[in-house]
Amino acid sequence: MRTRYWVPTLYIVFLLLPIYWLLNMSFKTTNEILGGFSLWPHEFTLENYRVIFTDATWYNGYIASIEYVALNTVLSVAAALPAAYAFSRYRFLGDKHLFFWLLTNRMAPPAVFALPFYQLYSAVGLFDTPFAVALAHTLFNIPLAVWILEGFMSGVPKELDETAYVDGYSFWGFFLRIFIPTIAAGIGVACFFCFMFSWVELLLAKTLTAVDAKPIAALMTKTASTSGYQLGLLAAAGSLTLIPGAVVIYFVRNYIAKGFALGRV
Amino acid sequence: MNKTVNQRAWWFVLPVVLLVAFNAVIPLMTVVNYSVQESFGSNMFFWSGVRWFEEVLRSERFHASLLRQLAFTAAILAIEVPLGLAIALAMPRRGPWVSVCLVLMALPLLIPWNVVGAMWNIMALPTIGLLSEVLHGLGFDYNYTREPAAAWFTVILMDVWHWTSLVVLLCYAGLVSIPDAYYQAAKIDGARAWAVFRYIQLPKLRYVLTIAILLRFMDSFMIYTEVVVLTGGGPGTATTFLSIDLVKTALGQFDLGPAAAMSLVYFLIILLMSWLFYTLMMRNQSR
Amino acid sequence: MAQIQLRELRHSYVDQPAADSDWALKRLTIDWADGGAYALLGPSGCGKTTLLNVISGLLRPTGGQILFDGRDVTDASPEQRNIAQVFQFPVIYDTMTVYDNLAFPLRNRGVDAREVDRRVREVAEMLELDDMLRHRAAGLTADGKQKISLGRGLARSDVNVIMFDEPLTVIDPHLKWVLRSKLKELHQRIRVTMIYVTHDQTEALTFADQVVVMNDGEIVQTGTPVELFERPNHTFVGHFIGSPGMNVLPCEIADGRAAFGGLSVESVNAGAWRGDGGRLELGVRPEFVSFAPAGADDGIPVRVVKALDAGRHRIVETEHAGHKIKMLVPEGEAIPSDTAHVRFAPERTWVYRDGWLVTGEGAAR
Repeated sequence: MRTRYWVPTLYIVFLLLPIYWLLNMSFKTTNEILGGFSLWPHEFTLENYRVIFTDATWYNGYIASIEYVALNTVLSVAAALPAAYAFSRYRFLGDKHLFFWLLTNRMAPPAVFALPFYQLYSAVGLFDTPFAVALAHTLFNIPLAVWILEGFMSGVPKELDETAYVDGYSFWGFFLRIFIPTIAAGIGVACFFCFMFSWVELLLAKTLTAVDAKPIAALMTKTASTSGYQLGLLAAAGSLTLIPGAVVIYFVRNYIAKGFALGRV
Repeated sequence: MNKTVNQRAWWFVLPVVLLVAFNAVIPLMTVVNYSVQESFGSNMFFWSGVRWFEEVLRSERFHASLLRQLAFTAAILAIEVPLGLAIALAMPRRGPWVSVCLVLMALPLLIPWNVVGAMWNIMALPTIGLLSEVLHGLGFDYNYTREPAAAWFTVILMDVWHWTSLVVLLCYAGLVSIPDAYYQAAKIDGARAWAVFRYIQLPKLRYVLTIAILLRFMDSFMIYTEVVVLTGGGPGTATTFLSIDLVKTALGQFDLGPAAAMSLVYFLIILLMSWLFYTLMMRNQSR
Repeated sequence: MAQIQLRELRHSYVDQPAADSDWALKRLTIDWADGGAYALLGPSGCGKTTLLNVISGLLRPTGGQILFDGRDVTDASPEQRNIAQVFQFPVIYDTMTVYDNLAFPLRNRGVDAREVDRRVREVAEMLELDDMLRHRAAGLTADGKQKISLGRGLARSDVNVIMFDEPLTVIDPHLKWVLRSKLKELHQRIRVTMIYVTHDQTEALTFADQVVVMNDGEIVQTGTPVELFERPNHTFVGHFIGSPGMNVLPCEIADGRAAFGGLSVESVNAGAWRGDGGRLELGVRPEFVSFAPAGADDGIPVRVVKALDAGRHRIVETEHAGHKIKMLVPEGEAIPSDTAHVRFAPERTWVYRDGWLVTGEGAAR
């Protein structure tokens, strides 16, 4: 192996270490964990995972998370598609200012919005539902989706639209049956980033939920504080949250470089 | 693209405008509302003008957390950007290992932020954590719950672990888009590796580096969950950055005025600095 | 300046080449004379860029040798070979001025500042860049940038060969001929070996003293533009050069004479055929096909299909026995409307076997 390849190799080892450690913990009993330091489980156990898969409060947490992430992705991308099209193809009153305003929302600290969101979503009766978090996350994800999609759409020449109209397509016929397949990669990239941000964001997800829609991430922090550090359980819960992310990356692995290449993160 | 003027395009952007306005305008209005009023008990509000703003801007506590935040962000940028760039430069430009590397590197980016905090919390636990054991083995008296220096070290290490890959991925994408002909010409001209970096790679990476720096700046300025789960803002207030301080303020007090004022100041600081950063880097580019 | 010799050169991009198609270059042996202006002409995918990169050292060939002035340079790096290459799109160092761009290869070799200055100014004057020296290179137009690319190569006074890989691809059409003439002029002036790769025959035929035609990894013919035009060694050369290309018609040979469509046709080299089978074809350029005067009945009877006006002449398409025959008819000459007879100029009619010109005893020259 060329010498310079040691650099990414060591970096990847560095990245995998804490993940390995988490997995390591998840297969240990709390006794073994607290008993001493060991690099691998001497008493391998699946008990922690069993608890999670059988206890409703735990696995509901995962379901709740996936629910709002999926809702948010669909909502963000669906709303962003026509908007991105407009920005890409048309000039209209206030278009530059609108675009800029959208981007500034990406710069908003979630902490600033925590309390106001709590009040707002309680007021509209959406508190503690997956819709609350899904909607709240659109604040950050829609600007991102619009930005990404606009970039991809601008790469498709207007001649395509015009040809379709000449061929007799209505606007929506053209948009749904011709245009969208053409920018499929862009939609994939946008979905990826929406998923990513919604899945990892915690502050708002915690603030806007109580019991019914509590995401898994919030449940974990609860565990740590109430039952006094059931580390193995915590580790197992954490390990399971790695899976959706890994799956998604695997599916878009061929587009990762391309998506980042637009620089539109 | 030759864009046509069409005011009906507003119908296309309407869903987006409504959603974002709902989430942005209404809460911000609420925050502004609170920031200029004083409340005594439920529903009794009095206009207080800029009082809360003055208080925030003069508050030593605010200054302290702002300084901590600036130090943190500076450290982050100083480490992650060069490191990410170096890793991207060292990666193979084609071949079967590329997608394996990219997938593995992207992994930390998709972990829920509290799990990130929890992972490092577990790693840093005395006696049973990998990080603390290694550091003790190397002779360091490491205890992140008591020593501010140790807490800072852990927080920074965690962030580097968490986000450097973003820089790597961006820089790598920029690198692979440089046509081979440039490297060939450099070979023919007899350029050394450093010259290739300085005259070919770095100029062509300007755009992605700008994005990387901007993003890391913004996101590190807003950091909350990971740090809270890892250190809770401590020991004491050693790692209480702006977001953490804001939430503490908002939760701890009866009157939402100060927290609201702080929120606005906070938001404005980010907007201002982002704008500054962006203009500076863009100006550099067109010079 | 150097004489370049390629011996048994072959290259494959595949690790274990098995089939013929795995080889990008198939056994090339050719000499490039010192100071010559060569065009490397061929369709996309024929291997010309591969050949160029092998000569410049950017690619190490799977087999064979490259010699510069008799010295084996097969293992030498591009820098060691002292070559220059101009790519399809301008490759310049954006952050440097024009001056620094031109000085770069010299400075990398440790040339002292005064000599650097002298050479840079000399090259800039040759390329008409002298008033742009202090400008940032990135601000120039495409043709200006290509000149800089070229200039970096010329800056080294001891450069052995300059190679051009379709350098006019991104240049505006009306500037192409300006640059082309400049290149020719430069060559007259400094007499460096130049190899110009292109798929455009006009570029090749106007620039080069000698044209090397490639197809499918092989060199098909080397010669002056006139030679290539009048005596194509391969039907491919006949097709590719000339617009429209040569007529290629199936034929038979009996008693030393060629016959097409049942009619006997006189050719230069039918007599050289050794009777050893193969696919036989007759090649004659449209320029050398003419109508027999009205009333004459010698020649090949054809049906006139269509006529295209191409300015100074007309391209007439005729047909006989199911095969198209194209011909060039000068302005002013009448074109028969329905049927006519055409004649092939005997000294420009060639017989090909499996695509290659039949040569040897009995072939008239």
